[in-house]
Amino acid sequence: MTKSVFFGALATAGLLAGAASAQTLAEVQERDTLRCGVTTGLVGFAAPNEEGEWEGFDVAICRAVAAAVLGDGSKVEFIPTTGSTRFTALASGEIDLLARNTTWTFSRDVDLEFEFAGVNYYDGQGFLVRKDLGVTSANELDGATVCIQTGTTTELNLADFFRANDMSYEPVPIETNAEAQQQYLANACDVYTTDASGLAATRASFENPGDHMLLPEIISKEPLGPLVRHGDNAWGDIARWTLNALIAAEELGVTSENLEEMAAGTDNPEINRLLGSEGNLGEMLGLSSDWAVNAISAGGNYGEIFEDNIGADTAIGLDRGLNAQWTNGGLLYSPPFR
Amino acid sequence: MTAMTDTQSDQGFHPSQLIYDTRYRSITIQIIALICVLAGFGWLINNAVTNLAAAGQDFNFDFLGNVAGYDINQKIIDYDSQMTHGRATLVGLLNTLLVAVLGCITCTVIGVTMGVLRLSNNWIVQKLATVYVEGFRNVPVLLWIVLTMGVMIKLPPDPRAFRSGDASMILWDSVAITNRGVYVPRIIYEAGSSIVVGVLILSIIGIFAFRRLARKRQEATGAILPVFWVSLGLLFIPVIIAQFVMGSPVSLQNPYFRGFNFTDGVHLRNSLIALWLALSLYTGAFVAENVRAGILAVSKGQTEAAAALGIRPRRIMNLVVLPQAMRVIVPPMISNYLNLTKNSSLALAIGYMDLTGTLGNITRNQTGREMECVLLLMGIYLILSLGISSLGNLYNNSVKLKER
Repeated sequence: MTKSVFFGALATAGLLAGAASAQTLAEVQERDTLRCGVTTGLVGFAAPNEEGEWEGFDVAICRAVAAAVLGDGSKVEFIPTTGSTRFTALASGEIDLLARNTTWTFSRDVDLEFEFAGVNYYDGQGFLVRKDLGVTSANELDGATVCIQTGTTTELNLADFFRANDMSYEPVPIETNAEAQQQYLANACDVYTTDASGLAATRASFENPGDHMLLPEIISKEPLGPLVRHGDNAWGDIARWTLNALIAAEELGVTSENLEEMAAGTDNPEINRLLGSEGNLGEMLGLSSDWAVNAISAGGNYGEIFEDNIGADTAIGLDRGLNAQWTNGGLLYSPPFR
Repeated sequence: MTAMTDTQSDQGFHPSQLIYDTRYRSITIQIIALICVLAGFGWLINNAVTNLAAAGQDFNFDFLGNVAGYDINQKIIDYDSQMTHGRATLVGLLNTLLVAVLGCITCTVIGVTMGVLRLSNNWIVQKLATVYVEGFRNVPVLLWIVLTMGVMIKLPPDPRAFRSGDASMILWDSVAITNRGVYVPRIIYEAGSSIVVGVLILSIIGIFAFRRLARKRQEATGAILPVFWVSLGLLFIPVIIAQFVMGSPVSLQNPYFRGFNFTDGVHLRNSLIALWLALSLYTGAFVAENVRAGILAVSKGQTEAAAALGIRPRRIMNLVVLPQAMRVIVPPMISNYLNLTKNSSLALAIGYMDLTGTLGNITRNQTGREMECVLLLMGIYLILSLGISSLGNLYNNSVKLKER
């Protein structure tokens, strides 16, 4: 008995010890896979396809980072996390990178001790309702039953929104998107609320998407982005600049089609520095000189990833909106590669 | 052996005796094991402290005083999103207690009934009880909870069906069963209702007094008073008279449909009902087995002797067998109640806002204080369980065999 207690203690202590390390890059290289935390399933952002391969907008970020670090975008182990397990998974070192529609907030950055690599999707919280409910504005939702995912910023925004508008509501807390869909479709709640992009993706997976609509109100700012643990700045830089490389590639016109040709060298010094034919940016990150080439070849530049997974031609059909390049009136703006 | 150790002790103490001498060996091993365990725990705590420091996190419970910011649907005490995490924890604790108390009561009723039925001479009844026990006992309770919740969401009509007339309320328009829960009438207390409530309390005291009188009378003279009918009359007649005289101060407000949902009734959320039902049925199966074991533990001679005295079968069960069976039944019952209370933390799976749902999930997640929240959670469940078992032990002491 005492013996088993002792070994149990040893095992627990061993698990805890794993969290302390700050050498994420070396660990990932030694393991030869990137452990990436994603959602438990949100079509367009992260969900397994028919062959069981994970694909989606957030998955593409994981693959780009894996490609930049390991030279191969398929060397990723995807770890599904719920809204309430994701931070523990990241803080404990179970995952190296979290790309799970996570809102960048002050307290998550400062108090929870995470480092956001940037924003890969500018979003806001919206409401999904049935058209036959006869509601056209979120201000008409007094007394409604609302399905929410627990452990998210949407939970807090929702409380604030209804309090500010002096309305009452009945929250139904739910752990995953799939359960929320089930309850919403069974009419166990009138409204489903989460980030508008998530609602669009959820609606696209319904049998009759046309019977449902998003209300016009967007009640919050939800800048979603990938994040890593505080304290390992080198690893944080890799995540940040991989994302920036994808955004800059679109701005500079580097696509998966002309990538090889451009990587050989162009007239534009910024492209040359990005793709490694000039300067030593890769070396500064502790990666190979063609890190950005690998990252872009994993799924294309930011624009290609967007169009392939959630763009206007997909079932989800999201417009670029705020997520267009700054040159096109959007908010995407990568710092220079210099 | 004794002779050998005796000769050794004459030669004075030698360190090798710690291992080879049977007088010291067991103590040596125990001390070594104790040191290992303490060192293990010490390392564990040291590791946690070091890692928390490395992650730049301190260890304190100040967050309990901060504004929670989230809403809770089922609240027994007043709560809104501007109150503190501590208050939210309390709301969750009360929800845990609510489902635990409800569950313990119903699992006892179900378990005792099923346990007795398993011993029935009627073949069909006995087999049905067996199917119930084996079915519920051998499937994980989480699956029962999720299944019950799924049925609660899929089967009953949604509230809008009541508006369009596709579904209607039952029991003279007083109860609405929807897929968002069951709405039942609310009791409204108007001026003068305190008198009616006072009369009710007096009636209940009166019933106990009458039962005591009846028992004394029976012991003294052997005459049996009609306890049941008198109790029933005492419970209802004075209250009805008081209600009538005061002009109906206590009334029922039926739920009615307005806007999106039923309002003005009491809303029993389907998460509460699903959890309550599943936990009761699951734990009831274990209780049934305890009851059966307890009854079988009473010697058959007791039943036969009672029958020989001419006591009717139902009275034999109530007056002879069950009181003796209680001695066997009560101790494992305490552990069943403990299990039910702890299993209620599976509420998380269906969104019932119990202690695990508030402190262990939302608060933990919004504040990022994993260590503090989980330790606090464990502490509260520990205190809760110790409380239940000490209450159970008190009761056990009152029914156990008293040797004089």
